[in-house]
Amino acid sequence: MSYLQRQLGGRTDPAQDAGWQDAPGRKGFFTDTSICIGCKACEVACKEWNAIPLDGLALSANSYDNTGDLGASTWRHVAFVEQDADRIAAARESGRRLVELGMPGVGAPAQAATQGGAPAGYGVLPAPVEDHGPSLGDMLTETRAFEDRSPEDGASHGTTVDGTPMVGALPEFRWLMASDVCKHCTHAGCLDVCPTGALFRSEHGTVVVQADICNGCGYCVGACPFGVIERRSDASTTVRGDGHVPNIGIAQKCTLCYDRLQHDQTPACAQTCPTTSIRFGDRDDMVEAARARVSQLHEQGFTEARLYGANDDDGVGGTGSVFLLLDEPEVYGLPPDPVCATSRLPEMFRTAGYAGLGMLGAAAVAFLGGRS
Amino acid sequence: MTTSAFDSYRPPDEGGRRRRRPSLRDNVSGAARSMARGSSGWLTGDGGGRREAQAVPDVEFSSYYGRSVVKPMPWKHEIPAYLFIGGVAAGSGLLGTGAAATGLDVLRRRSRLTAMAAVAVSGGLLVSDLGRPERFLNMLRTVKLTSPMSVGTWIFSGYSAFTGVTTAAELARMLPQRSSGPVGTVLRLLDAVETPAGVGQALFAAPLAAYTSVLLSDTATPLWFESRRHLPFVFVGSAALAASGVQMVLSPVAQAGPARRLALLGVASDLVAMHRLESQLEEDGVREPMETGHAGRMLRTAKALIVAGGLGTVLAGRSRAVAVVAGAALATGSALTRFAIVDAGIESAKDPKYTVEPQKARLEQRRAQGTVDDSIVTVR
Ligand code: SF4
Ligand code: SF4
Repeated sequence: MSYLQRQLGGRTDPAQDAGWQDAPGRKGFFTDTSICIGCKACEVACKEWNAIPLDGLALSANSYDNTGDLGASTWRHVAFVEQDADRIAAARESGRRLVELGMPGVGAPAQAATQGGAPAGYGVLPAPVEDHGPSLGDMLTETRAFEDRSPEDGASHGTTVDGTPMVGALPEFRWLMASDVCKHCTHAGCLDVCPTGALFRSEHGTVVVQADICNGCGYCVGACPFGVIERRSDASTTVRGDGHVPNIGIAQKCTLCYDRLQHDQTPACAQTCPTTSIRFGDRDDMVEAARARVSQLHEQGFTEARLYGANDDDGVGGTGSVFLLLDEPEVYGLPPDPVCATSRLPEMFRTAGYAGLGMLGAAAVAFLGGRS
Repeated sequence: MTTSAFDSYRPPDEGGRRRRRPSLRDNVSGAARSMARGSSGWLTGDGGGRREAQAVPDVEFSSYYGRSVVKPMPWKHEIPAYLFIGGVAAGSGLLGTGAAATGLDVLRRRSRLTAMAAVAVSGGLLVSDLGRPERFLNMLRTVKLTSPMSVGTWIFSGYSAFTGVTTAAELARMLPQRSSGPVGTVLRLLDAVETPAGVGQALFAAPLAAYTSVLLSDTATPLWFESRRHLPFVFVGSAALAASGVQMVLSPVAQAGPARRLALLGVASDLVAMHRLESQLEEDGVREPMETGHAGRMLRTAKALIVAGGLGTVLAGRSRAVAVVAGAALATGSALTRFAIVDAGIESAKDPKYTVEPQKARLEQRRAQGTVDDSIVTVR
């Protein structure tokens, strides 16, 4: 693909395209929602490190989510979804469908089978990542009980993707918890449309706002296919001693802790996450870890597990923040097929060009038509 | 009734507790929905009739508590007003240059002055919409081809410059007599650059009228993005009929012939393109915001005004009164069209179903056609 085409869509290395030489390698998050416990430590750590003002204090009655969504003063947002057995079965089925579609993997196959693999708690809870997570006691008991039963009993719980019978029935309900964040898209709608250059691509391949350049036109807000970036409103409440609320009227979002990255530090959210649900590192490593984890879960029967953002051929060229989800993306408030609108920009300008020519032609007709 | 291994962790029956329900729209996540259905919530531990109540499986589409997926543009009425006034500016520039070329003095003068006034108002609208108006010049620090707003700022700046020159030439012509000395030199210079400036104004007018459609379409706002193939034609038509309508009001009937013809061409383009736009949106499942509510009412009124104004334009050659009424109807119709499209777009961003459903549909369609490698969701 040519340099110009690469700027608008498809797989690419964004830092290099932005003109960085010897960029240190693209950084990213892997957010594994299967081990998130919904403690919101990431939200707090982010607010604290970045000194983000308060943007309202209210109970939403949406499970434990009183944050609402990502915005100018919320750069990490933990979503809580309560699901009953039917929804769980539907999620498992939709995941199985994805597997059956024969969707190709991304790049080389992951060496999933070798990781973790404790055959615990098949039908009930995702097995923990190796060396992390909750106690296995209950799940192992259940596993043992299953192994003592006759094969006919076990078969009634269905099988994993590779045909292994599952242990235990589906749970009656579950909580999905997922810490959402700016995706740091390969092709970022927000960055592409910013008319001032306030948004820029950092050497780490991330997308960052320069608050002193942004004039608050708000264009990026509507251009982000994930609804992440937002203009800070003057309704924000200070958290600083001097009573000042910074950057009112200016677009704000996650910087992937640009300041910390420049000192080889881990972003605040990933550093604080007690379950390693949020992992940070080179994006390639994150994608690899994500693929290993999804394979592990599939092997254990959790066909509802799927990755979000790990495909460089998607509408935004892959995202810097990769997620492992346990249901369809829209359940978490994520778009199922996001497209960076700018990837269609040549086509749009062309159409507008024809329209403009048509207008000139119409004017010519209007003036010359009357004289003849 | 013990339903899962986790029940033992729950507090004992808290029968009296009621969860406050938010005002949910039609789409809430499945569990929340079944909670709303059964009066005895499973969450409060009293088991109860959920399973029996579950007669129909949940719909294919669920959202996160009815929250929007994309953020609506934080634009206020300044932007649709600019779309309209900027359209008037562009069309007036074309009329002014055409009138200069065909020797229609009154039409030329009034069109050029209209263009200048419209440019001034547009500039004001654009600046006042910014979150930090004092920084509006930051847009002139860079040229960014991937940003329709940056491209548009430069188109607008170029157009303003040419409009300034043609307006100055008009004002100079209104001076009682041609003076000598430095003032005379300036006037002679103006004479010399007037024609090239008029040509420049016409050449910048077309992109000025058309780029605003790209400005809207190059976003994640579902209705605007899906409009991308037809919106430019709606907008140039709207600009042509609005500017022509204004000149039908301002200029005498004898000179406004070209304005009437341009108005008719504009009406035709607007109506045809709007029709095609609506069919396209229908197909994509995002037409509803343009048909319902405030936007729907504005759009229906706009269409009626444009059709009526178009019919009036046919007769406007005979009577100034008819021309004034028809011209005003056209201009109002154009303004309402812009407000309706902006409004409908913002509405379409607020409701997650306009984001999720079309996206799911196109994903399914691609999968049905055998493309399975371009989804953001992957399984390994
Ligand atoms: S487009 Fe949205 S998700 Fe992507 S980098 Fe910009 S703000 Fe983040
Ligand atoms: S609001 Fe600021 S960051 Fe966003 S597009 Fe406008 S100038 Fe750029």
